[in-house]
Amino acid sequence: MKLLKIRDHNELFQEQEYCEQFEKKREFEDPWPAEKVNEVAEWTKTEEYKELNFKRQNIKINPAKACQPLGAVFCASGFEGTMPFVQGAQGCVAYFRSHLNRHFKEPFAAISTSMTEDAAVFGGLNNMLEGLENAYTLYHPKMLAVSTTCMAEVIGDDLNAYIRTAREKGVIPKDLPVPFAHTPSFVGSYINGYDNMMKGILSTITAGKKGEAHQKIGGKINIIPGFDTYTGDYHEIKRMLKIMGVDFTLLSDVSDIFDSPNTGEYKLYPGGTPLVDAADSINAKATVALQKYSTLKTMDYIKKEWNQQTLVLPPIGVKNTDAFFDGVSKITGKPIPKEIEDERGRAVDAMIDSHPYVHGKRFALVGDPDLLLGLISFLMEMGGVPVHIVCTMGDKKFEEDAYNLLSGSPFGAEGKVYIGKDMWHLRSLMFTEPVDFLIGNSYAKFLWRDTGTPLIRIGFPLFDRHHLHRYPIIGYQGVINLVNWVVNTVLDEMDRKTINTTSFDVIR
Amino acid sequence: MSTAIKETQKLIEEVLDAYPEKAKKDRAKHLAANDPSGQCSTCQVKSNIKSRPGVMTVRGCAYAGAKGVVWGPVKDQITISHGPIGCGQYSWWARRNYYNGQTGIDTFGTMHITTDFQEKDIVYGGDKNLHAALHELKELFPLAKSMGILSECPVGLIGDDIEAVSKKAAKELGIPIVPVRCEGFRGVSQSLGHHIANDTIRDYILGKGKLEKTTPYDVALIGDYNIGGDAWASRKMLEEMGLRVIAQWTGDASINEMGIAHKAKLNLIHCYRSMNYICRHMEETYGIPWVEFNFFGPTKIYQSLRKIASYFDDRIKENAEKMIEKYKPVMDAVVEQYKPRLEGKKVMLYVGGLRPRHTIGAYEDLGMEVVASGYEFGHNDDYKRTYPEMKEGAVIMDDATLYELEEFTRRLRPDMVGSGIKEKYSYHKMGVPFRQMHSWDYSGPYHGFDGFPVFARDMDMTVNSPTWDLIRRKR
Repeated sequence: MKLLKIRDHNELFQEQEYCEQFEKKREFEDPWPAEKVNEVAEWTKTEEYKELNFKRQNIKINPAKACQPLGAVFCASGFEGTMPFVQGAQGCVAYFRSHLNRHFKEPFAAISTSMTEDAAVFGGLNNMLEGLENAYTLYHPKMLAVSTTCMAEVIGDDLNAYIRTAREKGVIPKDLPVPFAHTPSFVGSYINGYDNMMKGILSTITAGKKGEAHQKIGGKINIIPGFDTYTGDYHEIKRMLKIMGVDFTLLSDVSDIFDSPNTGEYKLYPGGTPLVDAADSINAKATVALQKYSTLKTMDYIKKEWNQQTLVLPPIGVKNTDAFFDGVSKITGKPIPKEIEDERGRAVDAMIDSHPYVHGKRFALVGDPDLLLGLISFLMEMGGVPVHIVCTMGDKKFEEDAYNLLSGSPFGAEGKVYIGKDMWHLRSLMFTEPVDFLIGNSYAKFLWRDTGTPLIRIGFPLFDRHHLHRYPIIGYQGVINLVNWVVNTVLDEMDRKTINTTSFDVIR
Repeated sequence: MSTAIKETQKLIEEVLDAYPEKAKKDRAKHLAANDPSGQCSTCQVKSNIKSRPGVMTVRGCAYAGAKGVVWGPVKDQITISHGPIGCGQYSWWARRNYYNGQTGIDTFGTMHITTDFQEKDIVYGGDKNLHAALHELKELFPLAKSMGILSECPVGLIGDDIEAVSKKAAKELGIPIVPVRCEGFRGVSQSLGHHIANDTIRDYILGKGKLEKTTPYDVALIGDYNIGGDAWASRKMLEEMGLRVIAQWTGDASINEMGIAHKAKLNLIHCYRSMNYICRHMEETYGIPWVEFNFFGPTKIYQSLRKIASYFDDRIKENAEKMIEKYKPVMDAVVEQYKPRLEGKKVMLYVGGLRPRHTIGAYEDLGMEVVASGYEFGHNDDYKRTYPEMKEGAVIMDDATLYELEEFTRRLRPDMVGSGIKEKYSYHKMGVPFRQMHSWDYSGPYHGFDGFPVFARDMDMTVNSPTWDLIRRKR
């Protein structure tokens, strides 16, 4: 039997009968004349429009930013047997879950206390009590990590008192850890939510656990990855430290949560940092954060309350990874093994082999603060030129850090940093001052469509490509992946542009 | 009471055993064994009631219903997520409501536009900034036909007066500004958001559009959000019947179409749950009858074409018959190709507003049986329409939890599950073939004669993918 040719939306709506239908439908749409639409479209590409666009103060258009509790539930999920538990309206949790599902293509469980109008009037205590009881009975967590939506924050729910009441009433066991963090959506972003939840979990779970510190040579260190959405990075950091022989605790290890093997069985709690290890983190010799902006409060807390050495060593790019290994070697007394040195050599070799295609290429970047700092550093190491750097979630401190970084290299001379700006600002920048390539998340594909600038997908969320998050972007192995994505996008674009010319080369 | 019903009731009781007493009592009202005849009093589920805290409901909120479902797809309106940053981000172009237009110039569907509330807005109120934002937007997007203010939780809690801001700005800017009070804490699910959105269409847009002439064949297509192009596939059929679709709500909708639907002779409603309110309003105010129809799968399509045609003259009735005659061989060929691969397979559905019942016929056309079905935010009238569509003893679930879905899957052993993104990957881990039935898993259209072949292909690739066999290693 001849198989039917099935046409779905990709082909169907380009067919003539549908095109005619669309044309006919305009009769009812009261559309603007085509000339008017084209005139406005052209106007949006001008310097004049850019100025108008940059004048706006009260509205965000296509921002690269999301709210605190997303970071909190993400952070919480990386601990053994931990159920993220969100006090507030229920739609928020549906959104956090679907957002993470779409990026990782993995299940994600989180609880809402489903607050409605009556809770707005009377407070959310009853929702919290029943929520804790139901969640504990039904889903058997070892820890319930509480964060909040803006509803609970606006009405001023007292989490500490509510949790205490829950224990007194016996709806949850007395010894069940229930850390909490206030994570209002109208303050900061998910990097702060991550930070607040991490601090909440660590302060709860280490209470009374201060004992003998691992001060001896080779003593244990803590690693805090930050809001890192590359599962490959979690596997990579563990691999690197293992090779080095470092004894460590990875705090909020989401690798198993968002990269669990398919065994035909759905596990609600597929892994995470063992709670025993998390509790012992207070006794570590030092804590190393792999991101700065998503760990500010936590690191401050660890330094002041635990009297621990704290280091921020984000390992994206060669020099940053060098600094990471130097730093870890120094605090642990472990030498950097040859295997790691060899990896460095391979990464550098890859960069040298590919440098002619990246050297002098101009880039626009949009993303999270820590990721951007790493990528700027990496691009400049390859001779790339960061031009427009848009960080919706960035603050003054980030701006300063980014300019310091740019000023350290001749390739950074053109770089301009835009904090609090969004992708509609970037659109104006890309029209008035075009660049060769764009780095951003999946939503940056609209900039590709509008400006024709090829997009290299690095960041969060990545919804429209599969598995990119499985590859590390940290360490020397991460460098090779970054080189791969960047140089091969350059080469793909070169092929596309030369397809009908003599320059359509097969060897490059 | 039949054995089938009794057995299912026993199964439900076992599933409920894990709940604490209070939650168990509540959840028991939302789970039932199906009785298609409607005779058995214990077989009716309760619905549209608050979810229990802590049970992991799948439901969303009023904002999701108003912004995500009803208003979001209207293409030449700027839809503002008014409040903190998250809601608009998480719902950004997630529902695939396809539209034609130049985004950012004369249409705005795939954009995320938000007032990004800060602490100062909570303390001092957000009205002043909102007013300024509306002006900024009108300057940057002069071709916008309207602006919608979709409220997020804090707006209602701090007592902002977005209606006053809208009124003022509408006068200043010369376009409709629609304040939508869809704060997420209102109501119990997306459903209230649909209703609130319907009311604002009624109050701010309906009756204000331009339509030069009318014909006896004018209809409005209501409650089709053009997910993966569904509304276009449906429209094609209605036009082939000889009807004139003067308004398409709200997939690929323009504000003008939102303003002229009251001039239709008949309202055709696909998603009853989300837009029955406005149809009832048009019936009461303008005397426009409305009819429910179902364009999933040939059986229901043929029935629906005839049902719709019955409202018109013989010409339309003849056209409907001609279409059935023309497309039947095409549909038969699809069934012939896929039915042997799908016959006897059991399906479990847990979706939103209409699909838990509307897609049953399409599955049955392929020889499949829906053994369980349920709604996130259905009401009593949805369930009443569902019972007769399902076999005796099938499981009916209202506002199911992650725990229940998992348990029912274990016990009923469906060959495939159709639900949402939050469910998708836990089913992948369980090794149960799964299809997203909100977004068509990025495929579609599924409506109409052009949609059914895609539906059949997709269900086949879901159930019969060789990847499922790799999970357990053959030794």
